[in-house]
Amino acid sequence: MHIVVCTKQTPDSAAKLTVDAAGNVSWGDSPIVINPWDEYAVEEALLIKERLGGNATVTVISMGPEAALEALKHAIAMGADEAIRIWDPAFEGSDTLATSYVLAKAIQKMGDVDLVLFGKSAIDSQTGQVPVEVAYRLGFSPLTYVIKIAELDPAGKSITVERLLEQGRQVVKAPLPAVVGTIKGINEPRYPSFMGIRKATRAQYPVWSAADIGADPAKVGAAGSGVRWTRIFPPPAREGKAEIIQAETVEETVRILVDKLMAEKVI
Amino acid sequence: MDFSLTPEHEMVVRMVRDFAEKEVAPYVKEYDRAHKPFVRAIERMAELGILGICIPVRYGGQGMDYISLGLACEELERVDTFLRVVMSVHVGLNSLGIFQWGTEEQKRRFLIPQARGERWAAFGLTEPGAGSDVAALAATARREGDVYILNGEKMWISLASMAHNFLVFARTDPKAPPHQGITAFIVEREMRGVTTGDIHGKLGVRAGSTGWIAMNDVEVPAENRLGEEGEGFKIAMSCLDNGRYTIGAGATGLIRACLEASVKYAQERRTFGRPIAEHQLVQQMIARMRRDYEIGRLLYLRAGWLKNQGVRNTWQTSLAKWFATEASFAAASDAVQIHGAYGYSDEYDVERFLRNAKGACIYEGTSQIHELIQAQYVLGYRQDKPLRCELPAYDPEEWQREA
Repeated sequence: MHIVVCTKQTPDSAAKLTVDAAGNVSWGDSPIVINPWDEYAVEEALLIKERLGGNATVTVISMGPEAALEALKHAIAMGADEAIRIWDPAFEGSDTLATSYVLAKAIQKMGDVDLVLFGKSAIDSQTGQVPVEVAYRLGFSPLTYVIKIAELDPAGKSITVERLLEQGRQVVKAPLPAVVGTIKGINEPRYPSFMGIRKATRAQYPVWSAADIGADPAKVGAAGSGVRWTRIFPPPAREGKAEIIQAETVEETVRILVDKLMAEKVI
Repeated sequence: MDFSLTPEHEMVVRMVRDFAEKEVAPYVKEYDRAHKPFVRAIERMAELGILGICIPVRYGGQGMDYISLGLACEELERVDTFLRVVMSVHVGLNSLGIFQWGTEEQKRRFLIPQARGERWAAFGLTEPGAGSDVAALAATARREGDVYILNGEKMWISLASMAHNFLVFARTDPKAPPHQGITAFIVEREMRGVTTGDIHGKLGVRAGSTGWIAMNDVEVPAENRLGEEGEGFKIAMSCLDNGRYTIGAGATGLIRACLEASVKYAQERRTFGRPIAEHQLVQQMIARMRRDYEIGRLLYLRAGWLKNQGVRNTWQTSLAKWFATEASFAAASDAVQIHGAYGYSDEYDVERFLRNAKGACIYEGTSQIHELIQAQYVLGYRQDKPLRCELPAYDPEEWQREA
C-alpha cells in the first residue's frame, strides 16, 4: 500500500503575525515548523503502516521552497519512508487552486497511490480547501474531518471512516483510493525518535520541478490562481476585559455575578 | 571556529522541548506542591530514549553526542529541575561512568538496560559525614573470596528509592591514604542488605526523589567492582566531570526559564501607567539574565565540544557548573522580584525556580569547591593527570553501529 501525506511548512504556532502598511505579512523570526495539523496526518499514516505489519510505504510531500524541508525532515524523523519536495519558481504565488493542481500532478506521477492524507488545514492560511480540491482533481474519494479510520481494506479497495461533524459522527464507507483530511483527536502524534532524527538529517530530499510533474505553466503560481488579494490588513486587536468577582461568600459572589449579567442583559 | 548547532542538534532540542512542554509543564506544579515524585515523566524519558541519549547504539543508547546531552538537559531543566536531575545521576554520574571505566561485560550487563531505560541508575558517593570532603567517606567494602561485603550509608542520593543500580563508593583499604583506599561498586537493589528511603522536607526539586541508601553486610560480587581496587576516587571525580556538565547545561535552561517568564510578565504587568518592562531597573534584571544565559550556554557547549573531542575538561566543566548554577539562583531571585508579590506565591513558576536553583549550588561540588578548583588550576596547584580509562571521544560511525 502506498500512502502519501501532504504537508506544509508553517510558522510556529507561537509566532506573532504583523502586517505593514503595504500589506506585507510577516511572521517575524519565528521558527518554521511542520504545520501542527499535519503531524496528525503523518502519525495516522505511520499507524496504518504499523497495522499492516509494515506492508506500506509512507511518502511525504510538500510544495514549497527550501524552508519546506523542515516539514519533510520532521516527518522522516517521525518515521516516514521517503520525502519529496515539489518546487519550482513558477509555483510562487499559488493559491489553493494552483497548489492542489501541483500536488495532484505529483501524486499522479507516483502512479500507485492508495491513500492521501492531509491535516485539516494549515495554521497560517487556514483555508482547509486543498484536500478536497486534490481529491476532485484525482477522482479520489474525498473524506474530510476524519476522527477515526475504522476499517481499511487494501485488497478490497475500501475504507471506512468516522467524520466528526457539528451534528455528530458520520460513518462513511468509500472506495480507495481516497483522500483523508485528519483532525486533532484522531491520534496523538509521536515525537521524532533519535534514530529518526539521524535518518532525517542524512536523508536525500529530491526536488520535483514543474517539468518533472508535467505541470501546465498556465495552471500554477499566480497565473494559475483564482484568488486576487485586493487588500491585506491586520485584524483589529481583540478588546476584552476580565473581571474577577471576589466576595466573602459564594452566595455573595453569585449575587454580584447575577446582578452584573442582568445589567448587561445577558440573562 | 563554528558556533552553529547541527540540524541534528536542532531536532533534538525541538523533540525534548516538545516532550517537556506537553507532558511535564502542565502537571509538574501539582507534583511539586504535593512533594510527589513525577514517576510517569521518568518512564516517558526512558521510552523516548532520553535516558540513553549519548550512549552508543550497541550499548542500548541512541548514539547522539555529548552536546546533545547538554542541549537535552537545558530543555529539561527549563521546565523543571527534577527532569535534569534524573539525567545527571542516571546518565552523567552513572551510565557514563560505566561507559568510561566498565569492562565489556559490565557494559553489557549494566549499561545496556540503563541506556534503554529499563533499569534506572543512581550514584552513591555522599554520606551523612562526607560531602565536599569526599575522601572522608566511611562506607567500607571488605573482600571475602569472590565477593565484597559492603557496609555504610549514603545520603542525599537522587533516585535513591527508585533506582535499580547504584554506583557506590566504599573504602577497601583503611590503611591507605584517604584518596587511595576507595573502590567503586555497582550495587543492585535486589541485593540482600540494601535498603533505601526518601528524604522529606527539601527546599526544592520536590517533584523528584532524593533519599538515602543503607548497606548492611551487602554481598557484592567481585565482577560488580568498577575499575581497580583503590581507583574509586579517580572514578568518582571523572563521573563528576560528566554530572557537572549536565548541571551546567540544566542551570542554563533554568536561567532561560526565568528570562522567558520575566519577559512575559514584565510586558503584561503595568505600574505607573506603563508596562514594568519599560522601567530601567526591571530592564537591568532582564539584561543580566540574558547575559548569564548566553555565558552559561557558551561554557557548557564548549565543555560538550571538548568531550566530543575526547579532551579532558575538568576545569571547563567545573566553570560551566559553577557559573550557571550561581547565575540561575540569581536569575530566579530576580524573576521573583520582577513578578512582585505574585512571584512569591506558587501561582507562578518562578518561586519554584528559586527553590529548585539552590540545590545545584550545593551538590556535585559546592560553589566554594568550584571556586577553589578554578584558582588551583590557574595557580598551577592542580594539573590533570592521564587516567587509565578516558571518556571516549564521540565517533558518530562507531556510536551508531548496531552491534
